[in-house]
Amino acid sequence: MSRTIRGKVAVVGLGETQYYKRGQSPDAEFKLALKAIISACADAGISPKKVDGFASFSNDRSDPSRLAAALGCDDLRFANMQWGGGGGGGSGAIANAAAAIATGMAECVIVFRALAQGQFGRFGQGPRSNTTSGAGAFTVPYGLMSPAQSFAMKVNRFMHDHDVKQEALRAISLASYHHAQNNPRAVMHGRPLDEAKYDESRWIVEPFHLFDCCLENDGAAAMLLVSAERAKDFPNKPTYILSALSGSHYRAGASAHNTPDYATSTFKTTVPRLYDMAELGPKDVQVAQVYENFTGGVLMSIVEHGFCEPDACNEFFTKENLIAPDGELPTNTSGGNLAECYMHGLGLNIEAVRQLRGESTNQVKNVDVSLVASGPMVTPVSSSIFGSEATL
Amino acid sequence: MSYLNPGLPVPVAAPDGLDTPFWEAAANGVLMLQVCEDCGYHQWGPEWVCHQCHSENVSFKEIEPRGRIYSYERVWHPVHPALNEQGPYLIVLVEFPNYNNARMVGNLLGDPEQEVVIGASVEAVFEHHRDNDPAYTLIQWQIAAD
Repeated sequence: MSRTIRGKVAVVGLGETQYYKRGQSPDAEFKLALKAIISACADAGISPKKVDGFASFSNDRSDPSRLAAALGCDDLRFANMQWGGGGGGGSGAIANAAAAIATGMAECVIVFRALAQGQFGRFGQGPRSNTTSGAGAFTVPYGLMSPAQSFAMKVNRFMHDHDVKQEALRAISLASYHHAQNNPRAVMHGRPLDEAKYDESRWIVEPFHLFDCCLENDGAAAMLLVSAERAKDFPNKPTYILSALSGSHYRAGASAHNTPDYATSTFKTTVPRLYDMAELGPKDVQVAQVYENFTGGVLMSIVEHGFCEPDACNEFFTKENLIAPDGELPTNTSGGNLAECYMHGLGLNIEAVRQLRGESTNQVKNVDVSLVASGPMVTPVSSSIFGSEATL
Repeated sequence: MSYLNPGLPVPVAAPDGLDTPFWEAAANGVLMLQVCEDCGYHQWGPEWVCHQCHSENVSFKEIEPRGRIYSYERVWHPVHPALNEQGPYLIVLVEFPNYNNARMVGNLLGDPEQEVVIGASVEAVFEHHRDNDPAYTLIQWQIAAD
């Protein structure tokens, strides 16, 4: 098994800015990126000048060369962008950084994402041009232009095929808001959600109520990765990357909703490779962070990562099953994209590491294996599995 | 006839010419898909080569303007100012079983709060906007009469 990153790379630093409602950051997007990176380095006890690589996703605007100049990095060796997929690149950027370290291309790599939607425009709005061409011409004139609108038909078809009830989606939202009440960093801390409030909330696009949709936020997050050999020299409990990769199925990117396997979170082909690399299976996973652009994506991701049969969703997806510390699969234990912050899912990877360190505000007991699924329904998607030293 | 309130971006042919025949046909009330002249496979959206046999010899051919609803969504929240007064509207994903299961997105005409049945047969309705600059035509869908 030489062609693997399993156990070869560790996360030694975590950094986050304060998280803001969109448009409310007092700092420019690039400054947010710098603050998160400096914070991750401080957590690891290392000077930012020693960072020699940057990896990000979703066309992050904070250019690695400018970052390296701003931070006075001694020697830039790796500048990487995971193409496409929006939040689907969260674990993919970690995979790319880990691959660079495992193969000796770089030593000390920052994975980051910075967003100031007030500065640069919102995700959840349609285009303002007078005309549209290319793939957009086949959807936008029909009023199909936002992420929620782009994914609702996948979820409707899945719910139709497997007779999934609205209550299954609701449970995912309730669990996230439950966790956020214990997390002072969460944007929705102090704003609890119950069944009645969910049921009464307005439709965005069926089957998504308001509370099925992610937040829109400003902020930045960063993780510092080094080789497993070096990790023991850092102050925090080392957390190892057991697996991280990305991909998508046959013609997942076919335009105008033409992928043959349509009602999917896009993880069917990547998950077997994910577990093969980790040398683990879903039964070994103790806690999961599952990217919520929309709750329907979480539902299909959990199914496709092997935690629940597609026809058993109505039984599996209850709030009790999804909450820490004792649920069947504690999920989105920081509050996630629905209730902590939408940092394009990098915050989910940070929470996964926090669970291994024992530092979550909704801590699951004795976590050795922690999973992240990034960006369902887009292409490519990605996943990561982190493990304690005991899993090596 | 216009299903959605005016003001959304209107479709124009791609600058690289990839889909020009489709839009020209639509303006004349003809529904087309891309078909490979070598292997006969239909594909959508349009691309420069056939994804089955990689031939560059792909063209646009008229198809029977009927299909069945593969999935749908009812939109309530406007994400564009043109739709602020629209109220709910229906988007359908229509599949063409006789044409390699290619699919198209459109609106389902009629009551926006109607019950939508996956698998229902639908037929195309050409929504012409000939007085607009630029002129354009949308392909809409209604439940088939038979």
